[in-house]
Amino acid sequence: MQNNATEKPNVLRVADATMQFGGVVALNNLNMDVNRGEIVGLIGPNGAGKTTAFNVITGVYPPTNGAIYLNGEMIVSNYPQGKMKELYAGENKGKYSKAKVLTPDKITKMKVARTFQNIRLFKELTVYENVLIAQHVKLKSNWLAATLKINHKEEKAMRDETMRLLSILDLADVKDAVASSLPYGKQRHIEIARALATEPKMLLLDEPAAGMNPQESDELMHFVGRIRDDFDLSILMIEHHMQVVMGICERIYVLDYGKLIAQGTPKEIQKDPKVIEAYLGVDD
Amino acid sequence: MPMDFQYKLLSKKTKMILTILLVLGCVALTYMLDQGMIGTSYTVRIVRISVIYALIGVSMNLVNGFTGVFSLGQAGFMAIGAYSVGVFTIPFESRANVFYLVPMSEKIVNVELSFATSLIMGGLLAAAFAALIGAPVLRLKSDYLAIATLGFSEIVRALIANNQLWPITNGSLGLKSIPGYETLFTPVLISAAGIAFMVLLIKSSYGRAFKAIREDEIAAEAMGINLFKHKEMSFVISAFFAGIGGGLLAVHLTAIDTNQFKIMVTYELLLIIVLGGLGSVTGTVISAFLISFGKELLRWFDVPHYIGTWAIPIFRPGLRMVIFSLLLMMVVLFWRKGLMGRKEFSWDGIYNFFRKWPWRWRKLVRGEYKIENRDKRKIKREGRAVDKAGRAAGREVRREEKLKQKEVDSDAE
Repeated sequence: MQNNATEKPNVLRVADATMQFGGVVALNNLNMDVNRGEIVGLIGPNGAGKTTAFNVITGVYPPTNGAIYLNGEMIVSNYPQGKMKELYAGENKGKYSKAKVLTPDKITKMKVARTFQNIRLFKELTVYENVLIAQHVKLKSNWLAATLKINHKEEKAMRDETMRLLSILDLADVKDAVASSLPYGKQRHIEIARALATEPKMLLLDEPAAGMNPQESDELMHFVGRIRDDFDLSILMIEHHMQVVMGICERIYVLDYGKLIAQGTPKEIQKDPKVIEAYLGVDD
Repeated sequence: MPMDFQYKLLSKKTKMILTILLVLGCVALTYMLDQGMIGTSYTVRIVRISVIYALIGVSMNLVNGFTGVFSLGQAGFMAIGAYSVGVFTIPFESRANVFYLVPMSEKIVNVELSFATSLIMGGLLAAAFAALIGAPVLRLKSDYLAIATLGFSEIVRALIANNQLWPITNGSLGLKSIPGYETLFTPVLISAAGIAFMVLLIKSSYGRAFKAIREDEIAAEAMGINLFKHKEMSFVISAFFAGIGGGLLAVHLTAIDTNQFKIMVTYELLLIIVLGGLGSVTGTVISAFLISFGKELLRWFDVPHYIGTWAIPIFRPGLRMVIFSLLLMMVVLFWRKGLMGRKEFSWDGIYNFFRKWPWRWRKLVRGEYKIENRDKRKIKREGRAVDKAGRAAGREVRREEKLKQKEVDSDAE
């Protein structure tokens, strides 16, 4: 394994993940590692399969073939089954023989949180409620205890934690605003705050700087770095703003047509001829 | 220059006192109605049906308005509750009379349960059915789910009227001689307790999870909320209270048959929750009373009226429902969010609503509304003009492109 050189323990490992929809191979044999405390970028031209990779990691789709490890433990694994047996066009067929599929909520419980490319806040609820709802995943009492307020201590702890989070992330002043009424950049911050409320160890950000002006994306860059340190996170982010990616990511993976075409530090990536070809095209 | 309107909050103490006064007022009103001090037995009947519909309405709102699951199975759950109360509370001496065609099954003919026991049993039975059908049905989305639950409620109705269940349910003959209410307090208190329970549930963390599912299923799931578990929870709790409501209804009517639990009942409830506001408990309660009383008030249209000796031809049975439907259409067209939208009753809201009147009045007197509306109209008109110009420009561009394309094509030829 190429990453044994680093001393940091591995948090997330995607092994030979292939995602095939019918005849389309959206993700082909992706191998990827995120180590503790790292900020890793995932880039690639439009339609390269970046969001598909996110969806596979967070359980929205089970991979057609391959496995996902969290802290060294296999959490998801699958192999081509049913009609996929014949249709399967990816690599490593037959390497995996165990089918273990988890739904997104289970994966979130394992401390992997995400944001979405097109903001998916609970639009008509307030910022406070948005963050409070995300703490539901930690709730231990059952519905009857919660209804009859037997768990009022837990409820209070949740509310206090929400306020603490909001004030750390400088969102306390908008806490009673309806989420959809806020400007775009603020909504992105709230989405990250909401993801943090689930107490993740691994955070996946899908284009956090999309639609932001240079100044806003600069702020976001600092913000991401700050939450990494404050919350002891490992971060995997998809991003198109090269300025952000090159500025903050320690390592970068480049996808094109579902395949990994390059990986390395930002400097290595900038010089990689394959990456330049994928982004700019090349003379015939 | 008048000061701008500022939203003011009442102190906690004031609100507490007001709430206690409201509760005492309700209790006093119920007592007076019960003792016949105000109103007639007819009013009492309408109040009874209102509180029962309020309970069932809130239970339906829990699923439809708060969880965002479009379920139409409420009549089925009501039927289950109504029949379990009906079957087990008919007094021994009347049983032979009720089951005159097919005698009551020997296993239950000697079982008579108290009202409370049979009511809870009805609720639990309805909840059990909900849990059972929830497993396959709740995996469906929107319209499909509505159709499946609608189908379920019809199946329940057909099952109850079925030949094999005749010794238990008396089939299509229905049940009668169910002992009625002794006091108005019974339905009022049970319904209030049920609604209070659901309000607490909605305010708890689980209730917030329901709302999250309503807002965005994908995001809710990504926040660690198990979609199926929470939908099933809300569905089953809703069915429990619908069963309780059905039981209350059976005692209110004292005679039930399967025709009383047709789809029309579900529609009526749907009407109540839409008029009150999907996602508002207070809205549902208010509109349950409004619709129950409204339907009775509109009875004036059902009886013939005369000018001299000439009977006006349109006043005949059925006109009431025509007017009712028209009113509803107006509500849906012009007041889409219902009475309350997703808001709940709050003393602060009421207080500020009335405090705001001087400002509104001043605006009205000074004609500021007129100016505002004129400006709005102007903006709209300008917007339309811009749109029109834009469309015209678009047409022009497309036409030019077409011409160019034609030229290119003819050159190629």
